[in-house]
Amino acid sequence: MDNTFKDYQLPDKRGHYKQFGGKYVPETLIPALEELEHHYDKSKKDSVFQTELYNLLKHYAGRETALYHAARISEELGFDVWLKREDLNHTGAHKINNALGQILLAIRMGKQRIIAETGAGQHGVAVATVAARFGLECIIYMGEEDIRRQKLNVFRMRLLGAEVRSVVSGSKTLKDATNESIRDWVTHVDTTYYLIGSTVGPHPYPMLVRDFQSVIGKETKEQFIKQTGKDLPNRLVACVGGGSNAMGMFYAFLQDDIKIIGVEAAGKGLESGAHAATLTKGEFGVLHGAASSLLQNEDGQVTLPHSISAGLDYPGVGPEHSYLNQTGRVNYHTAMDQEALDAFKWLSEKEGILPALESAHALAYLRQDDNGIEQGEDVVVCLSGRGDKDVHTVAGALGVDL
Amino acid sequence: MNRIRRLFNEPKEKLIPFLTAGYPEMDCTVELVCTAAEAGADMVEIGIPFSDPQADGPIIQASSQLALDKGITLKMIFEQVQEIRTRTDVPIALMGYYNSILKMGHDSFLNHCVKAGVDGVILPDLPLHEAKPFCESAKSQGVFPILLVAPNTTSERIRNISELAGGLIYAVSILGVTGNDLSSKDALKSYLIRVRENSAAPFVVGFGISTREDVLWFNQYADGVVVGSAILKNMDGKDDIFKTTKEFIQTLKGIT
Repeated sequence: MDNTFKDYQLPDKRGHYKQFGGKYVPETLIPALEELEHHYDKSKKDSVFQTELYNLLKHYAGRETALYHAARISEELGFDVWLKREDLNHTGAHKINNALGQILLAIRMGKQRIIAETGAGQHGVAVATVAARFGLECIIYMGEEDIRRQKLNVFRMRLLGAEVRSVVSGSKTLKDATNESIRDWVTHVDTTYYLIGSTVGPHPYPMLVRDFQSVIGKETKEQFIKQTGKDLPNRLVACVGGGSNAMGMFYAFLQDDIKIIGVEAAGKGLESGAHAATLTKGEFGVLHGAASSLLQNEDGQVTLPHSISAGLDYPGVGPEHSYLNQTGRVNYHTAMDQEALDAFKWLSEKEGILPALESAHALAYLRQDDNGIEQGEDVVVCLSGRGDKDVHTVAGALGVDL
Repeated sequence: MNRIRRLFNEPKEKLIPFLTAGYPEMDCTVELVCTAAEAGADMVEIGIPFSDPQADGPIIQASSQLALDKGITLKMIFEQVQEIRTRTDVPIALMGYYNSILKMGHDSFLNHCVKAGVDGVILPDLPLHEAKPFCESAKSQGVFPILLVAPNTTSERIRNISELAGGLIYAVSILGVTGNDLSSKDALKSYLIRVRENSAAPFVVGFGISTREDVLWFNQYADGVVVGSAILKNMDGKDDIFKTTKEFIQTLKGIT
């Protein structure tokens, strides 16, 4: 490996990862982003902030999460699989790590009103949860189409006291919910904190979401050494939609001599057009405030992605992933809907763990013939969330009427 | 000389109607722009429809989506401007989101602008620190990059933005998206005076402006006003969109 990552310090001051990242937003939001940068910088050196966050992660979210040696699938595969159990967090996924970090920032910035976008509803539930915990007003934007598909999460958010606003513009899905959140933020920028759920959006969001999620990789590193006596695993694997669980897992290992794999959603197949493989099939573009890889047509219009997993069903991807892809530090593979479904059943039956359909894409990679994994390797997979939320989708795909 | 520069050399009240390209029908834009010019528009802003217009309110969003559904493309918009240019010399600015320009490429986009007769480009999602490469290229081709300032933009930033833009800047009237309600006149006035004091270039005001009274009031403090959502909304349910647009622009201009 070259030395690029020995002293890795991106993004630069303006939020760029070389040509990726930046702040492509209406001028009205620039002061808000600068204020956020200022408070975030301060929080990094503030031991009171760090202690409060640590305590919330430990006692409220339930960290640290286990690093579990999946013995039965390891035996079947011929290499050792270690699952980083983010599914064991409060609210059932890694999303809470970031929601807790950002809500503390919002409080320090004196913002009383929290807004967020959500696709499947996992991030929305995490935000509604932390807003309830701190007694803040919470509005979640969700596409009309997603509200229909994810009734259970919509009800959960309402139980937590959040207002769920239906977005009827554009394709009525996650990207439009994000547009609507940005419009709300532009209009109420003085009072409102926009709590973005992934490593996307304008600087400093991709950086701070990565940093709040980097607890995943830090814990993994320590646990791996303690549990195996070895220095490092041979390989890391994580699914990539916007890319927050993956950045959280990868960040602590970028400078290490190990292979890192991101797995995108190939949907019904890369040639079908119905996929969400942004890095594999997208082109350079700007969406939701950042330059990155983007699924778009020849006229620069954003095209609709598809994945069986709502959390991966996004036409953009975090700018840092675009950079890691371009430099070759991370290799990006894909897994199709059917492979993810098969992996979902496989892990459930073999290990007694229902994985989120997002995480099932990372698991599917383990079973692909051309994955390059050698016998005897130690492979860490980020199990980003639990699969309870996907039971209806899986039942539908299997033709089971619940 | 750039038509926008020539216009803003004249100290007079200015009205800039906004029209979404390809709305309400693909082939309406040429006639609508010419109608607007004949009715007294001093300059016309043509919106490039984008799938994800984050600075726009519901009216312009819906018009963009409709035009996209009908199949409008950036190349078609340039062809329309080229046709408009055979009929009127009214200054024309395109308004679009950066990805549309990026996908075509700065150079190719600007070549099309020059060839078609586009005088300026308004990019609501290209703020100061990302805008330099595009602005330098545009200026070297004689096309005005029209950058935006907002009520919460610092005075120093207004200076830097106006210096980079050079020919004209666009002051957003409110914290919000297109078509929102205006805030108090007192707050607006002190904001516009601050833009005047700090801008190195002339400036127009837009967002939420919809009546003759607004046009008069804003022209006291700014070099012109943009009316967008109200122009599109006025076409709703009308049989003759050309006639109604002509009458509405005349009303906005105070021509009776």
